Amino acid sequence: MNIEQQDFYTQAILSMAALIGLASFLMLGQGRLLRLIFVFALQGLLLTLTAALSAYSLDNHHLYISAGLTLVLKVMFIPWMLRRQVLAMHMNRDVEALENKTLVMLGGASLMVFSYYVLHPIVQSSSTIMVNALAVSLSVVLLGMLLMISHRQAVAHVVGFMSIENGLFFAAIVATNGMPMVVELGIAFDVLVAAVLFGIFFFHIRTSIDSLDVDRLNRLNEIDQ
Amino acid sequence: MTWLLAIFQTLLFVALAPLLAGWLKWCKCHLQNRQAPSLLQPYRELLKLTRKQPVVAEHASWIFTRAPYIIFSATVLAASIVPLIAVDLPTAAIADVIVLVGFFAFARFFLALAGLDIGTAFGGMGSSREMTISSLAEPAMLMAIFTLTMTASTTNLSFAIVHVLNEGLVLRPSFVFALFALMLVAIAETGRIPVDNPDTHLELTMIHEAMILEYSGRHLALIEWASQVKLMLYGVLIANIFFPWGIAQGFSIQALAYGLLAIIVKLALLAILLSISETLLAKMRLFRVQEYLSFAYLLGLLGMLSHIILEASR
Repeated sequence: MNIEQQDFYTQAILSMAALIGLASFLMLGQGRLLRLIFVFALQGLLLTLTAALSAYSLDNHHLYISAGLTLVLKVMFIPWMLRRQVLAMHMNRDVEALENKTLVMLGGASLMVFSYYVLHPIVQSSSTIMVNALAVSLSVVLLGMLLMISHRQAVAHVVGFMSIENGLFFAAIVATNGMPMVVELGIAFDVLVAAVLFGIFFFHIRTSIDSLDVDRLNRLNEIDQ
Repeated sequence: MTWLLAIFQTLLFVALAPLLAGWLKWCKCHLQNRQAPSLLQPYRELLKLTRKQPVVAEHASWIFTRAPYIIFSATVLAASIVPLIAVDLPTAAIADVIVLVGFFAFARFFLALAGLDIGTAFGGMGSSREMTISSLAEPAMLMAIFTLTMTASTTNLSFAIVHVLNEGLVLRPSFVFALFALMLVAIAETGRIPVDNPDTHLELTMIHEAMILEYSGRHLALIEWASQVKLMLYGVLIANIFFPWGIAQGFSIQALAYGLLAIIVKLALLAILLSISETLLAKMRLFRVQEYLSFAYLLGLLGMLSHIILEASR
């Protein structure tokens, strides 16, 4: 079925899917931590809009609650907390030198093709929108992992982890029209707790190795050889 | 009759281009709290340059003196195949989008040759930089254009615009990506900030100005005019492919006047957008340009991918 034959809701959801994918790519190529956190907040905002849109068009009122939770947690609280930590540790001026940025970006593009290829036979029987949106959310998950592999700062790893969760949340909204409320609340608070725990970890890593560069964690001995 | 209209449209294109440059400068001056020159200033400058005697360096070969005419006519030919106020004109049926890219490449080739011809250090540097940038920008532009042509299943610009018009308002994720990719490419190809600074020829990092440093008189006027037409070409491409509403589909006076009004409003808005981005951004280092253009390529690629993944039928 072509896109021009779909209804307006489907077109809007597909556009949102594309923009969420774009946000993942933007995060992948971002060397500055504050901008990375800003793009992460934008992705959260897109998710909120998607949830609100599907709540409105499917008349599914509990999705409004999860949209509100996303807005409060992923657009405001977590980015605010990460930003405060980055500013407190004076890392806002650091530019992380990404090794072979173009290669990482092209790797991201091939991950997107790969996730489409993987999902294509599985959901052959279900609706088009589900296959496409699932393909995008799987690629958001894989891109989050690639972000964690390619960046060295611990803050970037946390953002990558959170964007993996964004991908799963998007799949949940689009494919199942919203999970049960209990599950969603559980996940939301898990994310919140994870964010707080990561904050404590940052502090500990910082005090023990005097940096948030996780490559330095490979050296276990205290004396440089 | 339609041929007359096509010629009229091309003339209008060429005549309006300096006005667009003047409007862009006017917006930029106001955003930067400076006194703006009059909107007609680019016309006066072109007139002044045509009256002056061109000075040609002693070692210049025939390429140097012919190049401005070749560049200007290639750009005018490119302008003749882009629908400005009406679609379905006979000129649009002659050539498609790939020929358009070819015209740009042709003009650029002669500009780079002219830069090298005179033998100054600046000219050679500018030419090599221009070729570097264009070799990176062209794939990105083609990628964005292929997204359009795959959607419309034609490479003809006029038919593609009609296709987009007939579909009405469809939210296409691939067009969003293609639009951003084409905007980034347009900024790089027309030598605007952050890739090149069009306002000065006193920088060591200049690109376009370095190539034309030796030109004067009517040669310089032709090259300046051609680059203004090129800026407008990219503006019209972006406006008419992605927001084609208002373009005339019939040839009645009313529809044509409406089409003209629509394209003027669209170009004015695009110029405001460009002047805001030029005011906010600083010029990049030359070696950052490849990152910028690979991002444009990535956007084009994503547009193509999302056309295949999200939109195509199966």
